[in-house]
Amino acid sequence: MKILRLLKTIFMMDFIRGLLIAIREFFKSKKTINYPFEKGQVSPRARGEHALRRYPNGEERCIACKLCEAVCPAQAITIESTEREDGSRKTTRYDIDMLKCIYCGLCEESCPVDAIVQGPNFEFATETREELYYNKEKLLENGDRWENILAANIKADNPYR
Amino acid sequence: MNSLYILFDEIYKILFLLIPVLVTVAMIVWLDRRVWAFVQKRRGPNVVGPFGLLQSIADALKYIFKEIIIPASSNKVIFIIAPIITMTLALIAWAVIPFSENLVLADINVGILYLFAISSLGVYGIIMGGWASNSKYPFLGAIRSAAQMVSYEVSIGVIIINVLLCAGSLNLNDIVLAQQNMWFVLPLFPMFVIFFISALAETNRPPFDLPEAEAELVAGYQTEYSGMMYAMFWLGEYANILLMCAMGSVLFLGGWLPPIDINALSFIPAPFWLIFKILFLFILFALVKAIVPRYRYDQLMKLGWKVFLPLSLIWVVITASYLLYFDLLPAQI
Repeated sequence: MKILRLLKTIFMMDFIRGLLIAIREFFKSKKTINYPFEKGQVSPRARGEHALRRYPNGEERCIACKLCEAVCPAQAITIESTEREDGSRKTTRYDIDMLKCIYCGLCEESCPVDAIVQGPNFEFATETREELYYNKEKLLENGDRWENILAANIKADNPYR
Repeated sequence: MNSLYILFDEIYKILFLLIPVLVTVAMIVWLDRRVWAFVQKRRGPNVVGPFGLLQSIADALKYIFKEIIIPASSNKVIFIIAPIITMTLALIAWAVIPFSENLVLADINVGILYLFAISSLGVYGIIMGGWASNSKYPFLGAIRSAAQMVSYEVSIGVIIINVLLCAGSLNLNDIVLAQQNMWFVLPLFPMFVIFFISALAETNRPPFDLPEAEAELVAGYQTEYSGMMYAMFWLGEYANILLMCAMGSVLFLGGWLPPIDINALSFIPAPFWLIFKILFLFILFALVKAIVPRYRYDQLMKLGWKVFLPLSLIWVVITASYLLYFDLLPAQI
């Protein structure tokens, strides 16, 4: 037994086997993707960039209940509200500090009208900090841009909520 | 006027050798990363240029534009000289590598000794860099590297004696020509294996990359280096690896000779055969990097002094007695 072990060491059997495995793996298909050019699948539950949605008639969904502001563990959300002429309560200010945000998704969960949601977009890096202090316009613009996907995602995830 | 002409002629010849070597070094870094990635089923660099071939050029540009930071407590002169020495030594050794019968920059009669001496000097760049940094990790890395390179140098020297016994000359071209009938890799196969492993240790490649073991020494002797100075260490390292591959091809794989001495194969020019062999050895280097774990330091020293040195010494005796008994000694001796 010891002699066999010695012979194995002398002829470097382990090394040669390793080399053969390496050569075999060399020609197998790759497990990674060319990221910026091709992208992996994103789950409908993905918690990416925030967006404020609107109703189909263009009215903002947000009713300024401030549940998201209250629940936010990182205290990244700041909301100020006022009563509009028609008697409805609307936000005058809806800021999210994307640098404070921990992307936990609690704001989305707490929202009673599905106004604040987190979309599948995770590529919103910027060159300055200031660009990541999102205000109401930016969030509503996000909502308009991603509305189709956001609606589909909420629908797909609905049975599990 | 005449001496000026000779000077320019020599400079022209040197550039003709150096520029391809430097370009190859850049390409070889790409090849190394690519092979490594492929074994791990990744894609490796494939964005810059066709197949990512220009990745190294992009990296080099990045290094050039980065700031060189010189630590306040370092020995500044030695700190700056160290990478220059590493790179210079890795490049001047190429002068004696024969690319074909006539295509050699300096066809000196002690070519192999020159090669051996230059590759031994390579340790100075590293130890100077580690010492001058005046910092713990570079210092430990430099000490490790010095001990490692010195111990494997010895067995490489003894292996070279084996080849010299068979070739009967110190001139690299004569060594290549002595392999016309049979490459030395066949009769001296164990020596080739030991040479290959020693070359891995000599160039600080995995599994012997202890001087820059990132888990314990950050980056070894390169820790304090940045920008172009780091890039020069890096280029010097790869030029050294390439040189070791060239040395292996010349000593064991028949240098610029085609595998079989038939006319059909001689239409490919001699330099290409050498380049094929260097590339083959380098791909082996890269594969080894991908598959082996790092040695422990005492195992490394044990392997060098207790296994390789006695084995190669015994093989010298065997080769010498065989050649003497069957009267096969080359004519020059």
